[in-house]
Amino acid sequence: MKHLFFGGIHPKYNKEMSTTVTQFRTIVPKQVVIPLVQHIGTPCEPLVAVGDKVLRGQKIGDGEGLCVPVHASVSGTVVAIEPRPHVKGTDVMSIVIENDFQDTPINVTPNTVPLEQMDKDSILHAIRESGIVGMGGAAFPGNIKALTAMGNIDTLIANACECEPYITADDSLLRTQPEKVLEGMLILRQVLNPNRIVLAVEDNKREAIEKLHGILPQYPGIELTVLPTRYPQGAEKQLVQALTGREVPPGQLPVAVNCAVFNVSTYAAIYRAVRLGMPITQRIVTVSGEAIAQPQNFIVRIGTPFYDLIEAAGGLHDRTERVISGGPMMGIAQSDLQVPVVKATNSILCLLKDQNGAAENPVCLRCGKCVNVCPMHLLPLYMYRFTNAGRADELDRLHVLDCIECGSCAFTCPGKLPLVETFRKGKKLLREVNAK
Amino acid sequence: MKLTVASSPHIRGNFRTNRIMLDVVLSLLPALAVGIFMLGIRALIVTLICVAAAVAAEWFYSFITKTRNTVVDCSAMVTGLLLAMTLPATVPYWQAAIGSVFAIIVVKALCGGLGQNIFNPALAARAFLLLIYPVGMTRYASVDGVASATPLHHMVMPALPEESILDMFLGNCPGSIGEISALALLLGGAYLVWRKVISIRIPAAYLGSVALLTLIFSKTGAPLAWMLYSLFSGGVMLGAIFMATDYATSPATAMGQIIYGIGCGVLTVVFRYFGLFPEGVTYAILIMNALVWILDRYTAPRRFGTKKGGAAK
Repeated sequence: MKHLFFGGIHPKYNKEMSTTVTQFRTIVPKQVVIPLVQHIGTPCEPLVAVGDKVLRGQKIGDGEGLCVPVHASVSGTVVAIEPRPHVKGTDVMSIVIENDFQDTPINVTPNTVPLEQMDKDSILHAIRESGIVGMGGAAFPGNIKALTAMGNIDTLIANACECEPYITADDSLLRTQPEKVLEGMLILRQVLNPNRIVLAVEDNKREAIEKLHGILPQYPGIELTVLPTRYPQGAEKQLVQALTGREVPPGQLPVAVNCAVFNVSTYAAIYRAVRLGMPITQRIVTVSGEAIAQPQNFIVRIGTPFYDLIEAAGGLHDRTERVISGGPMMGIAQSDLQVPVVKATNSILCLLKDQNGAAENPVCLRCGKCVNVCPMHLLPLYMYRFTNAGRADELDRLHVLDCIECGSCAFTCPGKLPLVETFRKGKKLLREVNAK
Repeated sequence: MKLTVASSPHIRGNFRTNRIMLDVVLSLLPALAVGIFMLGIRALIVTLICVAAAVAAEWFYSFITKTRNTVVDCSAMVTGLLLAMTLPATVPYWQAAIGSVFAIIVVKALCGGLGQNIFNPALAARAFLLLIYPVGMTRYASVDGVASATPLHHMVMPALPEESILDMFLGNCPGSIGEISALALLLGGAYLVWRKVISIRIPAAYLGSVALLTLIFSKTGAPLAWMLYSLFSGGVMLGAIFMATDYATSPATAMGQIIYGIGCGVLTVVFRYFGLFPEGVTYAILIMNALVWILDRYTAPRRFGTKKGGAAK
């Protein structure tokens, strides 16, 4: 049954650009920069020192509390531990490793214990020790999400929607290694024991859907649901709503309505972690956009500088206006191309100047189109006015904290208002006022 | 290479203010064409004067207040055109010009500019002109130039108008420049809905409530005919499709728009039945304009995540 969600937009998806190249080159750089925070939570402390030799997959950073370890993605020598640029815009303490190109991995033994005999705690331990975070972009520690979901969910969801334009990383994973995703789902099922497990995919991924239909009979119990393509179908709350009809209450997580959502790349990483003992050392990254010469997907070691991938994809156009980490709707524009790929980096987008870009003097017409597209049932036009007027009381009444910053409103606005950045300001204002 | 670092989203759709305004102009052309055809070349001249005066007033205002020149967003052109649609073809040119200037300077610019005004500029200007130039504003000519009663005047008696329903639908009847042809107006409205410029909510609610009320409370023995005459006469079609749907002066929420449309319809019928003038659209819409802020405040959509029976916990 499909309940779908309110609002949403249909941008041009431009997915074909990056799927013409079917072989994914593996990019192994001269030097990797491993930030000590690639997750939501406490930063890791380094466990190595400058001059140490490390192996691929070796844990090089860990910490207490809401923390997930980081690992070396190549074998080599640690040459620096210092603040380095990070995709989120600030500098973050990072471990820099010079690659020796031997690619020596740590010693691991595959785990061939049948699923039913696997102990839940050891699965969760393996998930944490392998550095698993949400690889769809949110980077929440995987083991914590699984821990809070234990005993509390009836529906386990695999998010293969990939609703942002241009990005085809998850799609590429499903076309080439769908078994790893499905095995990962079975592993989590062992821990969480849901009534229902669903892999949700948008209908514009025809090849992946065909592949999945082909191998799903070997995985009884896993449902495949194909959802109509609409942005932001892959947003967690909208996905839960579309698959179950339930709405996550304000300020809470899907577990509040007995659901847990993980990205398909995360499931594949869970499989590798539990069955092969390998932590996250690489992932698929889409390099796309009108400003890159040869858009395609790569298999990338964590810590590879954006620059290396851009070169591997043929280089940037002269009139490139932006390079974005993530998608065009919610991604973060970068100024320094030496920033490294982190665990949650799914795409590097290189764009020319947008023909429909922001206006010099944005004026709100009160056309109400923003209200029609907001998937969180908000009133962007009023949130915009009241943020500019500094009215925290009205922002509270308008529920500005419910905004998921998906950008549907700003995309649609004929007046080209800077809505999302204004709402970030508004949320900050409201939080400051509430804190008093 | 200098890369731009700006906030998401990094792509946008191709809705643009001036494009929307041009769509509105296009959608009004069929009605304008019928008006010129039926009422003569004077209708065209009045329209051009209204548009020119509106654009000039807007340019002048931004010149003397040293603010950004807003003429490029074409909204002044639309205001001038809409005002012309509500005027009789015989209105003295200078009165039409004054109306345009009033609409732009007083109702729009002095109330905050594009997107901020409370009252529909064209309708407020029309109300103003009715007040200070009652004679010029209420003399309607038919095709041969002889002053005659509009269908609405007949309906006040009460009696069914002399023209046939088909004539009223096509535009073969007296009235102001833009309101005579229901067909042309409906075509324009359909174009705007197709181009996603307006939603069908307000016109449907407005016309639906007028239709229902005039059907139930018919003033003659032929309720169906009375209902159709009520819909095709006067400014109801023009008002429901082009005036009540004005962005700045209508609600932004779905429920708000429906209530607004129904309110406009009810007031229109009330004013037509019990008011001194045969027409009620202008004041109906202006009064509902004043209620928009309260409609928006109390018709916000249900907060996401507060569905009863949705949460399992």
